[in-house]
Amino acid sequence: MATADRWTHLYKVLSKSGPFSDPDWVPGDETIKSLEESKILVIGAGGLGCEILKNLALSGFKDIHVIDMDTIDISNLNRQFLFRQSDIGKPKAEVAAAFVEKRVKGVKITPYVGKIQDKDEGYYMQFKIVVCGLDSIEARRWINSTLVGMVDMDNPESLKPLIDGGTEGFKGQARVILPSLTSCIECQLDMHAPRPAVPLCTIATIPRQPQHCIEWAHQIAWQDKRKDDAFDSDDMEHIGWVYNAALERSKEFNIPGVTFQMAQGVVKNIIPAIASTNAVIAAATTSEALKIATSCNPFLENYMMYAGEEGVYTYTFEAEKKSDCPVCGNLARKLTVNGDFTLEEFIEMLGERPEAQLKKPSLRTEEKTLYQRFPPQLEEQTRANLKLKLRDLLTSGQEVAVSDPAYTIDFRFQLVFA
Amino acid sequence: MASDFPQTQVGPSSKERKYDRQLRLWAASGQQALEESRVLLVNSDGPWGDKSTGVSGVVGVETLKNLVLPGIGGFTIVDPAVVTEPDLGVNFFLEDESLGKSRAEETCRLLKELNPDVEGSFYSKTIAEILKEEPDFVSQYRLVLLSGPIKHSSLQSLCSAAKTPGVPVLYTRSVGFYSAFSLQLPAVFPIVETHPDPESTQDLRLLNPWPELAEAEASISNLDSLDDHHHGHVPYVLLLLHYLETWKKTHNGNLPLNYKEKTEFRDLVRSSARTNNPQGGEENYDEAVAAVLKSLNPFSLRSSTREIFELDECKNLTASSPEFWVIASAVSEFYEQHKVLPLPGSLPDMKAQSADYVSLQNIYKTKARKDIADVTKIIRRTESQLGRSVEIPEKDIEVFCKNASHIQVIRGRDIPQVDGDAQTQKRIRTELNNDESLIPIFIAFQVLDIVVTGIQEGKYPEGSLDDEAVWSSELDRILGALASDNSPPIDDDARDRILEAARELRRTEGGEIHNISSLTGGLVAQESLKVITRQYVPLDNTCIFNGIRSSSAMYNL
Repeated sequence: MATADRWTHLYKVLSKSGPFSDPDWVPGDETIKSLEESKILVIGAGGLGCEILKNLALSGFKDIHVIDMDTIDISNLNRQFLFRQSDIGKPKAEVAAAFVEKRVKGVKITPYVGKIQDKDEGYYMQFKIVVCGLDSIEARRWINSTLVGMVDMDNPESLKPLIDGGTEGFKGQARVILPSLTSCIECQLDMHAPRPAVPLCTIATIPRQPQHCIEWAHQIAWQDKRKDDAFDSDDMEHIGWVYNAALERSKEFNIPGVTFQMAQGVVKNIIPAIASTNAVIAAATTSEALKIATSCNPFLENYMMYAGEEGVYTYTFEAEKKSDCPVCGNLARKLTVNGDFTLEEFIEMLGERPEAQLKKPSLRTEEKTLYQRFPPQLEEQTRANLKLKLRDLLTSGQEVAVSDPAYTIDFRFQLVFA
Repeated sequence: MASDFPQTQVGPSSKERKYDRQLRLWAASGQQALEESRVLLVNSDGPWGDKSTGVSGVVGVETLKNLVLPGIGGFTIVDPAVVTEPDLGVNFFLEDESLGKSRAEETCRLLKELNPDVEGSFYSKTIAEILKEEPDFVSQYRLVLLSGPIKHSSLQSLCSAAKTPGVPVLYTRSVGFYSAFSLQLPAVFPIVETHPDPESTQDLRLLNPWPELAEAEASISNLDSLDDHHHGHVPYVLLLLHYLETWKKTHNGNLPLNYKEKTEFRDLVRSSARTNNPQGGEENYDEAVAAVLKSLNPFSLRSSTREIFELDECKNLTASSPEFWVIASAVSEFYEQHKVLPLPGSLPDMKAQSADYVSLQNIYKTKARKDIADVTKIIRRTESQLGRSVEIPEKDIEVFCKNASHIQVIRGRDIPQVDGDAQTQKRIRTELNNDESLIPIFIAFQVLDIVVTGIQEGKYPEGSLDDEAVWSSELDRILGALASDNSPPIDDDARDRILEAARELRRTEGGEIHNISSLTGGLVAQESLKVITRQYVPLDNTCIFNGIRSSSAMYNL
């Protein structure tokens, strides 16, 4: 009785149809029972993850798992509300799980401190839904391709809805992916283009901005002066060294504006983050999780973006599934390139093109290996190709399979010479 | 220049480290404004009958969470409720041990744990009782958050208590899968740091360069004789200025102004790039070509800025005029003199040699400083004419001049009511003709407010929260009031959409769903931060969120 009393508000939407719920939906005890039995995985226990765990626990989920490899840093405390000053240095997943378990009675939260890549398909198969609150595009792509790869059309249980959230400053997005059925993270990759990198020659010879001086200190001066120390962006002494080196260079070129805060921002690629944006996006994802788990209302199809700089702006639309998606499509993705590019230039481009974003690619065609990073013998054999022009290695329109150590799948591209 | 280059390494303080991710958005000035602010949360207003303790207040508590974390100075929770079982299923800032205790005290205690820098206090009674004892209670706060639905008389008395001292109010409601909130700002709410997209603030003055900039252009008159390296590193701003001179020679001294002329001019620039090099082109020319259409525009004052210059507050200064208007008036005078606003002075990055870029950047910065000095001169003159004793700090003048092209003034309005003023009613009627509009949800919330008022005043029994007949008759009364003045009646489709929204609201009998309240608390906190820091642009004035479709809309009601 106490339980039913405690969940008064939630149980009302689970025990009563609304004007927009599916006419075939049967509200009541069965729905509540199936919600309580839905095992759900949360990836990330940071700004979004803390909110997601709280929201799921207060949405009636009883069996929650959470993965995060990070430990708590002082700069997390302005938004990651499950952590305190005394938790600094402890693993996020464990502290977050323990806090929510203690606060919300009857929920079980199982933490795993480590990488999502440590786990195999058998592990992911146990969940009904996966919710992601990550700041890394690489991890998103990995879990996306893993979940798409797990889909077995003869087994409906193998399809794990993926709900993904992301934020930057006052902006964010939430999206629902039904692997293999709807537009996936890889289909939408070009909507999240990486910031263009500053050309190396600018950094090395003609800096103009304070950021260029910091990049020089980080990428060039460090290698030059301290190459025996592995650079650690969390080590204040290292950041301080980079800051001072950047400051010296900025004086030499008369470029004002280098600050410690900027140095840290550039070398750690810091993205501004606040509690309120995280609250909006996290709750958008968990609201969809509740709707998917219970059918109490229709779920989002399939993308919601939010921008809060000027009033409250949201835009909801259906992102398209792409037939040339390397993960869920069956066609190779077309890439128009300059045939006079060397293979090396093309590889560099793959890292930056919004629709590829592959940092350490190895490439082969159906007939031959163009460039293979591992093992070292193969790398040596194929290294000479790096200096060759694409048009001397391939014909226009030919398909190239690209693998990258960050992902389990191959990416197929059709190279068309401009 | 000495201050541009600190001599010693200054690492961040532990406070700067804790707040690092937000300081990158609103800087030290925004943080200071936050830390100087106290926020009042009125989180319920008494029970709705024997079974219901009234508003759960989850939006309010979640909003405070998002304000305590970034470090507001302090908060006060006013909430007469006692913690019950249903609270524990929806409110994260209560625990089992809280049962039976004051909800104000318990939520205050658990929120304070989030940030030791923040003060928190509470009152376990209604706001009406407090206002009776202390009529100007509200004036000590920078912002009031009010969790609805609450009875009309409480809403009215709190809103007017806040209006006199000019304290903004955010009135929120979250029920089932819907939420709505409205912001009551002072009649005039100016914002200097609106943080527009940097692209939209670029102001290079290529069509009317000032003498020093024109002189810089003259220094590359030998463009053709430069070697390939130097030719490929002339900053595109100078390239454009150079080819504009070339263009003028063959066009009777006229500039390329319309689209056709600009594309011809762009072709001229493109065809002047050297292509007999290993790259087959020049990056600086590519940048110049790309900038033609967006950078070769004569200066024009945004209409919103013009409107600000036309306002009485700007034209008729007094000794007690707020700083914003004294600066705005001086900038307006500057504009009348020069037909341009003070130069922001920033220069985008572009392909160039370090020294060439820095010297071009200095030309822009020097001009910006000179414009600021001109504006300051006008301000000092005005100050002495008006007999103002305290000078406006130079830093504030500088920030205003840098942001002058995108300043905004919001004309604050009261928390909207369906039976309120004619403007609100007209906008609601217009929206009801649009079948995609979220206004039906707003009207359903208005009905809920009326039903709750009825219950609290003894007009309706507790069960009315889900009584079709009560809702239907109250809705018809509202629609009648909306349609009264010479306008066509509200059509049946619109009425059906409102009834549909009302059914979804009735589903939880006024109860909150944690996800929706948490999301709404995020949105409300975002608006609170903007109001408190006076940075970015707050809501004007009503936002509705539909958690079924995961969509939202803003209405000026």
